Amino acid sequence: MSEHLDVRSGDVLVTVGTMKGAFLFAGDPGRGTWRSSGPHFPGEQVYAIRFDGRGGRRRLLAGTEHGHWGAVVRCSDDLGRSWSEPAEGNLRFPEGTDAALARVWQLQPAGEDRPDTVWAGVEPAALFRSDDGGDSFDLVEGLWDHPHRPRWEPGGGGLCLHTVLPDPADPDRMWIAISTGGVYRTEDGGRSWQARNDGIRAVFLPDRHPEFGQCVHKVAPAGGRPDRLYLQNHWGLYRSDDGGDHWQDMANGVPSDFGFPMVAHPSDPDTAWIVPLDSDQFRCTPDGQARVYRTRDAGDTWAPLTEGLPERDAWLTVLRDGFASDGLEPAGLYFGTRTGQLFASSDEGEHWRPLAEWLPPVVCVKAAVVP
Amino acid sequence: MPTVHLPAALSGHAAGQRRVEVTGATVGKVLAALGQAHPGVGQRVLDDRGVLRRHVNVFVNGESIRYLHGAETPVGDADEVWILPAVSGGG
Repeated sequence: MSEHLDVRSGDVLVTVGTMKGAFLFAGDPGRGTWRSSGPHFPGEQVYAIRFDGRGGRRRLLAGTEHGHWGAVVRCSDDLGRSWSEPAEGNLRFPEGTDAALARVWQLQPAGEDRPDTVWAGVEPAALFRSDDGGDSFDLVEGLWDHPHRPRWEPGGGGLCLHTVLPDPADPDRMWIAISTGGVYRTEDGGRSWQARNDGIRAVFLPDRHPEFGQCVHKVAPAGGRPDRLYLQNHWGLYRSDDGGDHWQDMANGVPSDFGFPMVAHPSDPDTAWIVPLDSDQFRCTPDGQARVYRTRDAGDTWAPLTEGLPERDAWLTVLRDGFASDGLEPAGLYFGTRTGQLFASSDEGEHWRPLAEWLPPVVCVKAAVVP
Repeated sequence: MPTVHLPAALSGHAAGQRRVEVTGATVGKVLAALGQAHPGVGQRVLDDRGVLRRHVNVFVNGESIRYLHGAETPVGDADEVWILPAVSGGG
């Protein structure tokens, strides 16, 4: 791999964060030929990295975590040739919170109407907001002050706010998800938040259907239908057709309803993809078969996608942010594993091929078309 | 004033210096003063609460403050304070 990636308008840029640095993959618009660069930030854990092409910028945002010196958000406006290195922390818990940033889990640009706003979900579970494109962030106090917060508990990955979903149709509406805390929604730009977990199980609590406390692994908004959301839970697959007010089980015909990521089709509201894992005790692909499952009917049925994926002795783990779509038609799909493989499909999962096989453990994958 | 020895990785946040002098009667006060004088160093040594990061070690005259009195370890004008990355923090 090279240090720098030559990226042209129309290319697909896949940003991959690992436990030992970040890697970039650029594909031509047909997604047949790929180039790559990395490692960026060698040795640092990168749990969030993505491209932001709003407002005429071509910016990479990365949440990097140095083993000794802590976590920070870094930006690149030349596609990885150089990165900002904020001398002082640019995402810090303010005095009085008695909290310290452990990890940046998610960097989420707001809608096109707010091209300078970037949301950050972090550990310990909190939401931060940037209004300067990701150069600096401030705590969203409305969520930090939520009365439920003292009872949120860390999952295996820590107490993380890992999903931030702005409503593209309403800038004041947004969903976030916390492990373990569940789904919360705001309708006033973040000042107040309501738990939205009705129907989602919490198998590890005496009350299996609490108001909050669920270990939600990932939520994905359906393309083309604003109030539909898909959710992969710590045990359980769910769909909501009313913006999270109610959730219904959709684990129909899957080998396991345990898993981490959830990817929704960019425009077909009935299509989504998951990667089932054996169980919470054995977080590997069932039976040693690497299989992505796809629904075309909003979760009523699921079918395995196997062409090009290893069918034997493949004990893979795909984490909550390790699977993404590029938003094109047909949708390109990309997933990375804890054992360092990066697989890609340019036909909605019908066929797969490896883009890389020997990366460090992959913790996040995002994909975007470069304007 | 006590002398603080910085690791090479942090010297770029202290105008290239590997040794700096800051005031403070305890390790905690020395590190706080260090952060005031060189915010980029402070950011990397102390977390948002001002607590020493988990994989950073501090020694006073050769002894780890973990075996002394932590941030309350007294520091005199002639003392040497060393900041070193722990073996446990590598990636």
